[in-house]
Formats: sequence, C-alpha cells, structure tokens
Amino acid sequence: MAQRRTAWTRLTTPFANIPASTATALALAMWVAVIGGWALLSYGRVVPNMFLPTPGTVLQTTYRMSLDGSLLYHTFTSAKVVILGFIVSSLISVPLGLWMGTYRVVQAPLEPLVNFIRYLPVTSFVPLFILWIGIGIEQRIAVIFFGTFFQQLVMISDCARSVSRDLVNASYTLGTKRSEAVWHVIFPAALPAILDTLRVTMGWAWTYLVVAELVAASSGLGYISLKAMRGFQVDVIFMAIAAIGLLGLITDTAFRIVRSRVAPWAP
Amino acid sequence: MGTLILNASSQTAVESRMAMTETIKAKNLAGTASAAGDPHSTGTTMAIQDVTLRYGDANGVLALDDVSLKVARNEFCVIVGPSGCGKSSLLYLAAGLNDATSGSIKVDGREVIEPGPDRGMVFQSYTLFPWLTVRANVEYGPRRKGLPAAQRKQIVDQYLDEVGLAPFADHYPAQLSGGMKQRVAIARALANDPAVLLMDEPFGALDSQTRGTMQKLLLRVWERQQKTVLFVTHDIDEALVLGDRVLVMTARPGKIKAEIKVDIPRPRSMDVILEPEFIALKRRILGLLHDEIDEDH
Repeated sequence: MAQRRTAWTRLTTPFANIPASTATALALAMWVAVIGGWALLSYGRVVPNMFLPTPGTVLQTTYRMSLDGSLLYHTFTSAKVVILGFIVSSLISVPLGLWMGTYRVVQAPLEPLVNFIRYLPVTSFVPLFILWIGIGIEQRIAVIFFGTFFQQLVMISDCARSVSRDLVNASYTLGTKRSEAVWHVIFPAALPAILDTLRVTMGWAWTYLVVAELVAASSGLGYISLKAMRGFQVDVIFMAIAAIGLLGLITDTAFRIVRSRVAPWAP
Repeated sequence: MGTLILNASSQTAVESRMAMTETIKAKNLAGTASAAGDPHSTGTTMAIQDVTLRYGDANGVLALDDVSLKVARNEFCVIVGPSGCGKSSLLYLAAGLNDATSGSIKVDGREVIEPGPDRGMVFQSYTLFPWLTVRANVEYGPRRKGLPAAQRKQIVDQYLDEVGLAPFADHYPAQLSGGMKQRVAIARALANDPAVLLMDEPFGALDSQTRGTMQKLLLRVWERQQKTVLFVTHDIDEALVLGDRVLVMTARPGKIKAEIKVDIPRPRSMDVILEPEFIALKRRILGLLHDEIDEDH
C-alpha cells in the first residue's frame, strides 16, 4: 500500500513518520541554511560587520577567549547562577505544587496570588532585589528564582491535578491511607509530567540570565554581552548567545536522559 | 440533610425484597435471603440497607433511591442495569469511595466508612500503577499491610499464576494488552484476600472475544478462590454467565427492580448462552429493562 504512495504524499500526510535519515538531513539543512545565510550577509557586506560579525570572526573570538580561560570562567559563573536559582526554585515548587494540585485547601489561597505574581515582569523586580538583597550572586539567583518559581508552581500543580482519580481510588481499595496518597500515588504518577515541566522551565531559567546579570554583575555570559555592546564587540555578543544556547541544549538533553532513567515506564 | 427515604418507612429489607421478587412470578425465590440455596453460602458478607444517594443539595439529582441488598458469603452477585442507573455509584459506596446520603452498608458486620483493603475493587478504566512492574503492582497491597518479603513473594507468585501472567511479572503495564491489564488488576485485588471483590464493568473496555476469555478466567478463579463478588455490568449475557443471582436496576433514580436467581449449573461453559434456560432468563431481563426504557419516554 505505502509503496504506491508518492514520496511527497508520504511527507505531507499528517502525523506520518518520516525516515530517520530524512529527519537528520532536514535538521542539518536548516543549520546550513541559517549559518549560510549569516555568512552570505556578513561576508557579502550586505550588513556592515560592525552590526553583524562574520562566522570566522566569532570563531576566532571564541578560540581566543577559550585559550585565556575567560570563556570558561564566564560560562561557569552563569551556569552557577542559573542552576542554583533553578534548584532552589524546584526544591520548593515540586512539593508545594504537588500539595496545591492535590489539596483544594492549599490551592484555594495560593492560586489567585500566584496567578497575579506570575504575570509580573521579572525586570520590574530587579531594583527591589538590589535594594533588598544587594548586588551579590544572591541577587542574580533571586531573579532566576522569581522568573521560574511561579510558573513551575502552576504547572506542577496541574501535573498533580491531572492524575487519574481512579488510580487514587484503586490505591485506597488496596490499603493506601488518605495521607499516604500524595507520596505513594500522586507523586509517582505525576513524575514524568513533573520532569517535563522541570525541563521546560530550565529553558526559561536560562532566558532570564541576561536580565539577572543586567546590573551589578562582574562576570558571566550576560555580563560580557552587555560590556561588549558598549565596545561594539558584536562577535563577543554572538559568542555569548551561542554559549547560552548550547548550555540550554546540554541541560535539556540531561533532563531527557534523567527522565528516561527515572521514569522508564512513561512514553 | 433533607434525606428522602421514600418508601422504606414500613418495609424491612426482607419484605421489600419479597415485594420485588413478586415481579418475577415464574421463579421460586422462597426464603429470599440472598442465595439461600447456594451450596457454598454460609451467611451474609455484605449488607446494603436503605441506601439513598443524592448529588448536591436536597434538590439535587437522586442517583440511588432506597436500595437494599445482601450478598452471601462466596456468592457471585451481579447488578445489571441501563447506563446511568447508578449501579457504579452503588459499587463506589460499597467500596467506601463515596458517602451515601442515607442508609448503611456493612461488610462482615462492620459499617463501611472508609475505603479499605477488605473491599478489593476492579475498575472499568485501567488502574494499574504505571510506574510499577506487574509483580510490584500485585505486591502493592501486601506491602501496605506490612507483610514480610517472603510472604509477599509467595502471595504474588500464587495470584500471578492464578491469572496466568507469571511470565510477565517484570513487565510494565504499558507493555500489556487491555485484557492482561485487567487480569493483573484482578490478581492485585485478590492479593489482599478481600472479604468482597467489587467489580465495576471490568471487561467493558475489552473486545468481545477477550471479554469471553476474561469471563472464563474470572469464573475459574472465583471457583477456586471461593470469593464473594459483587459485579456490575450492563451486559445481560455477562451477568447470566457469571452470576448466582442477578439484580436488575432501574434508571434514575436507581432502584432494584427485580432479583433473578440463576440456576444454571456450574461449572458453566461459554456455550451456556445457547441453552433454552439461559435464553428464558435473558428474555425476562430484557423485558424488565425494556419496561424501563419505555417508562422513560
């Protein structure tokens, strides 16, 4: 049957699978197109190099800053801020979100407040954080925390709430007590969804990095981007952006691996 | 609460059951106290007395209206009724998963207040814990009870063997077919050695061929394990193939309309549905259910 369909029909059928080789080729082609377009615009001087550096210059800068260790130093500082902010946020949001999704009595007071706060722009709190916390690493961690925590809380509470009622009911008829249901049933049942939430919000945490390092930082990828802007070092900005993207990709992959290890039963 | 017990005022449970049986004139239900003629019956396991369930406030929907029934020890009792008649609600009340508006439910003489492992339940939806292997699913109840590992292993092996899934002990539920999942669910409920096994249309989501296989398996397990079963279904064939006694429920508000004793000898094969005796019983139940549907319009 499938043999009689043309390649075009097969590629344009909704939800139909395509061969792995085709998928890889398409992904590579996309990168080639983006980098090729960039090369064309920069080497062809369509955009002045002051605004758009050539791929060569960015590679050179990356090489230079790798050699003197500054790239690693700034990357490490930024990763520390993001990961610490993310961990502190997750440590509170996972148990609290589970309770919020499980017990209406926890949800009722928290939800209106959380829904109010999570629409507030993180940037508007930066001056407050500086006043309250100062300009150390704690202030930057606070920005990451503020950007991720409230989103995580709402999403994790939804994960808990969407656990099948009959799964919990079945556990009661097998001897689970009400007080045990959160830990014995709702948490493991929601775990795959919680790990997906953590993976997605980890990505958001990275996006708050530059905001966190906007003021009063003396190292980090966001910090060198801001400094480079003042000196028109567009190549450094490009490098910093690529580094943040790459770090995001690494943490994302790490979470996928953790999920497949911790929850091998989940699709 | 403005509980309405409409017609229980003067009748005892036995009297009301006798009144019900009058609608079935052909069958001799003398004695009536559940499965009196049942050879392995030694008393009452579950007694549901004047149970009324109303959703919401006093003006809410009346789901169950003054339902009384008894299930004898080791009896296979089936409730059959149109969808929405409240038969599943009744089972949830018996499990302790919901509170009745009025009335009482007793299992082995103890009032049902909370859900507990003495009332095992198999649901229509698949309720295996997806993060546990088949073995760990069956082991869940004995583990909650705090039984030692050796005893747990012996129980799990016994019941997995009983439902023929020993070779799949280390599989996860996602790797099993629908019929296999329900077999594990039965084994998991039995592993707690419940006083009564509540089954809420457990084969409703299965294809008809698998359903037949599952009915055969359930009968075999029931005959060997000597369990009290309260089984809910809307499938009349299923009710008559499985049950010692079939209770026919009316729709909205749910009431027990008739009680039919199934005198077809056991062990029953699946071919029993072709027997004239079976067909006569089926015709009677169909008639009772049709009356219901006509009354609706």
